[in-house]
Amino acid sequence: MKSLNLKTLLIVCACVALLAGVVQADPETERQTMVDYFQKKFPNVELAEFANGIYAFDENAREQWIEIEDFPPYEIAIEDGEAFFNTPFANGRGYADCFENGGIAVRQNYPYFDSSKGEVITLEFAINQCRQDSGEQPLPWMTGELAAISAYMSFTSRGNPIDVQISNDDSGALAAYAAGKQLYFTRRGQLNFACSHCHVQSAGLALRADPLSTTLGQATHWPVYRFKWGEIGTLHKRFKECSEQVRAQPFEAQSAEWRNLEFYLTYMSNGLEINGPASRR
Amino acid sequence: MLPRSMRTKSFVLTVLLLSVIPIASVADGTQAADSIERGRELAFDRRKGNCLACHAIDGGDLAGNYGPPLLLMKSRFPDRDVLRAQIWDASVRLPSTRMPPYGRHRILTEDEIDLVVDFILSL
Ligand code: HEC
Ligand code: HEC
Repeated sequence: MKSLNLKTLLIVCACVALLAGVVQADPETERQTMVDYFQKKFPNVELAEFANGIYAFDENAREQWIEIEDFPPYEIAIEDGEAFFNTPFANGRGYADCFENGGIAVRQNYPYFDSSKGEVITLEFAINQCRQDSGEQPLPWMTGELAAISAYMSFTSRGNPIDVQISNDDSGALAAYAAGKQLYFTRRGQLNFACSHCHVQSAGLALRADPLSTTLGQATHWPVYRFKWGEIGTLHKRFKECSEQVRAQPFEAQSAEWRNLEFYLTYMSNGLEINGPASRR
Repeated sequence: MLPRSMRTKSFVLTVLLLSVIPIASVADGTQAADSIERGRELAFDRRKGNCLACHAIDGGDLAGNYGPPLLLMKSRFPDRDVLRAQIWDASVRLPSTRMPPYGRHRILTEDEIDLVVDFILSL
């Protein structure tokens, strides 16, 4: 009897381990699956082009966009951002002291999972962290000075392939990735949509006159000057807009939930080049 | 032959019937036309049905193609209840649906859904 129980237990254990193995996210395999899915769905779109959102496949919108890029509406934000970036804090330190390589050409390494803190650090989060470490007030997350500094830092990183690291034996990073992924695939709001309903299954189709972008490339080009906003805004401003669109209560900008979401979303764009800041209609 | 009084009676009755029927059916007709019109308004209103966000519908501008065009609906939905159920909560028929559950999530009231169904069946 006792040995039978032990045997059952062993079998149960083996099954649980097997299940865990199946359930455990393997980010690299999942990213490859996502890339394959979109390459099959858009056989005429080159991989690098996905970094341009809807302009990768919508010919009409693309023409307008190329014209707009001749006089980019985000140029002022880059200039302002550079000035803010180079203005020292009251204690004499500055942003350059907080980042590797003086903060130049580093965006491709964000977000990353900080094992000592046990949380995802996005570039915007790190910018405000830097200020607070020097006794400065944090800046509002979605527009204005912080978005401008972020735009300048993206600009210096243009052309660098996104390189979000998740080691398969870093359980904290894997859990943050899995949480972000779950958020992307979970229905929310009165209209009951997950991000994936619009940006995976329906990518390329149009809501009214708005074609929907693909998950692949959604995180390469932030912050964005959006004509509808009339200003430059961060990725979390877009998260807020999409949440409100499905009448869901948005999470807070830079909440743990949305930093995890950004971690997942940016990982999906690994290998694509940073091309921010960008303009979107 | 009927006695005169009876004849008059049946004549009056016939006249009455003949006159009532058309009036009743005209009334029905305007009522139906009215509910189709109200259904159309609800379906097109961005803060109500907003069906055009996803479906091409005759008479509507700037439609999306997120969902299939809505046409020939009477032949595709001979059973009114099936159509109503699709709008009330499409996930019952298709768990992976990409259409909002208008009834289950109270995006529209029950009366509003009935009017939208009247309109959709007129397409
Ligand atoms: C009902 C449809 C819908 C849902 C659900 C939705 N979005 Fe969007 N999203 C849009 C539309 C429309 C746009 C603007 C067109 C575009 O660029 O895709 C957009 C744009 C975006 C962009 C900007 C793309 C770019 O190239 O700049 C991001 C990022 C994004 N969505 C992320 C999300 C996330 C994350 C969620 C879930 C929290 C979500 N979306 C849910 C409709 C949706
Ligand atoms: C955000 C997208 C969206 C909106 C808004 C929407 N639908 Fe749909 N609808 C769909 C999709 C996608 C389908 C395809 C099947 C599915 O996913 O359930 C569909 C299917 C249908 C069908 C079944 C068509 C068929 O031939 O099987 C009907 C009928 C319908 N919708 C009516 C409506 C009406 C009426 C409204 C507005 C009150 C509406 N829909 C609003 C996305 C939408």
